[in-house]
Amino acid sequence: MQLSTKHLLGIRDLQPGDIQLILDTATQFKEVLQRPIKKVPTLRDVTIVNLFYENSTRTRISFELAEKRLSADTINFTASGSSAAKGETLLDTVNNILSMKVDMVVMRHSASGAPHFLSKHIPAAIVNAGDGINEHPTQALLDAFSIREKLGGLTGKKIAIIGDIMHSRVALSNIYLLKKMGAEVTLAGPPTLIPVHIREAFDVRVEYNLRKALEWCDVANVLRIQLERQNQPLFSSLREYSLAYGINKRLLDSLGKEIVIMHPGPINRGVELDSDAADSKQSIILHQVENGVAVRMAVLYLLAGGASRSAQ
Amino acid sequence: MKTILNEQQLEITIQRLTHQLLENHLNLENTVLIGIQPRGIYFSDRIIQHLKTLVNPSHIRYGKLDITFYRDDVRTGLHELNQTDIPFSIENSQVILVDDVLWTGRTIRAALDALLDFGRPSGVELCVLIDRRFSRQLPIQADYIGKSIDSIITQKVKVYWKEKDGKDEVTLL
Repeated sequence: MQLSTKHLLGIRDLQPGDIQLILDTATQFKEVLQRPIKKVPTLRDVTIVNLFYENSTRTRISFELAEKRLSADTINFTASGSSAAKGETLLDTVNNILSMKVDMVVMRHSASGAPHFLSKHIPAAIVNAGDGINEHPTQALLDAFSIREKLGGLTGKKIAIIGDIMHSRVALSNIYLLKKMGAEVTLAGPPTLIPVHIREAFDVRVEYNLRKALEWCDVANVLRIQLERQNQPLFSSLREYSLAYGINKRLLDSLGKEIVIMHPGPINRGVELDSDAADSKQSIILHQVENGVAVRMAVLYLLAGGASRSAQ
Repeated sequence: MKTILNEQQLEITIQRLTHQLLENHLNLENTVLIGIQPRGIYFSDRIIQHLKTLVNPSHIRYGKLDITFYRDDVRTGLHELNQTDIPFSIENSQVILVDDVLWTGRTIRAALDALLDFGRPSGVELCVLIDRRFSRQLPIQADYIGKSIDSIITQKVKVYWKEKDGKDEVTLL
């Protein structure tokens, strides 16, 4: 029982068996989180650094909670207010931290491939918590865990990923994972936000009409419209995007079937998702957040076992 | 390979242990049984079967405990995870831990830690099918013992169960 990789850099490097193992392990950790004492001593001799070069609320809190629930020692590093602001390189920063006997690195960086680079130069196990527009593997794993919990499995399930596919690391990790686990995937959004050759590259469907995508799917994973990219002329206005691709309760009620609504957060209420849809019974957004802790505990647990094995 | 208990002896031993448990915990009013995953469960399932014929089944409270997260050897390798299912409060209860083989005592140490995270029992006892004497690494002893054996560290005790392995037998390898 072990993962085929030493690091979790992306879903791309995982085998279907790895994904299965992580999700099954997360099920056991979810049970731990229901106990009166939501903490186990499993990683009490492991030290983990959370290296965040980019802003984050959910992912960082979720990782930190997962580490604490496993009794690991944690240190938090944020780029602002650190020596990175003085010009220290990524590798120097990490080597300095590792020289203080740190076993694992959880890392978010705005440059795609930063954790891959680091994995070639340091001995510690690395968990990618989001790198640029490349991957966000733990988000895809917790999405899959939530779908599995709600629908009983992934194989043959129809998942629509809606919104800014081009800039979304959540979308890419989800596509890799869902295809590996035998689900069907449709990408929906304005043509300017969907890469042109993605259909051939990943064997997915592409749909520019939101209603058609929703009528097809079992689960709609709605992505955040990245307001910080508003100065790029990819769609004319938020208001227009919302009219064409915004999801509200009225639209959901008119589909004639009940689909599951997911969102990786943070939600732009009234843009990609209206409040009446985000807070409806069909939405499992808060379950995703809850499951995130269990899934990250599973990842850290499985990698901690592997890290020490290779060191011996 | 030497047989320690054959099918018939195993059955009689489990019956005896069940009666011994009842001797000290009449009617099981404040007593709960907790089997230790993975292989203690087959043993505790058998005890529960017998208990059901002897006391009011509604008095029986039975849970399963997986100790993997409490092991002291996570760093040397990962172990298969199993389900933990304790669907009742153990606060102020008499807990009887059930496992198949007591050897170094490390599993029971982990089980005690795990158990205390579920509440504060008024007392904990240990029931094992096989006690490998003189091989303890921690000061832990059982209260109910199916059979004590003397063995050296290189030997292995294997407990076979019909449900899992197709036969009921305990052997020393």
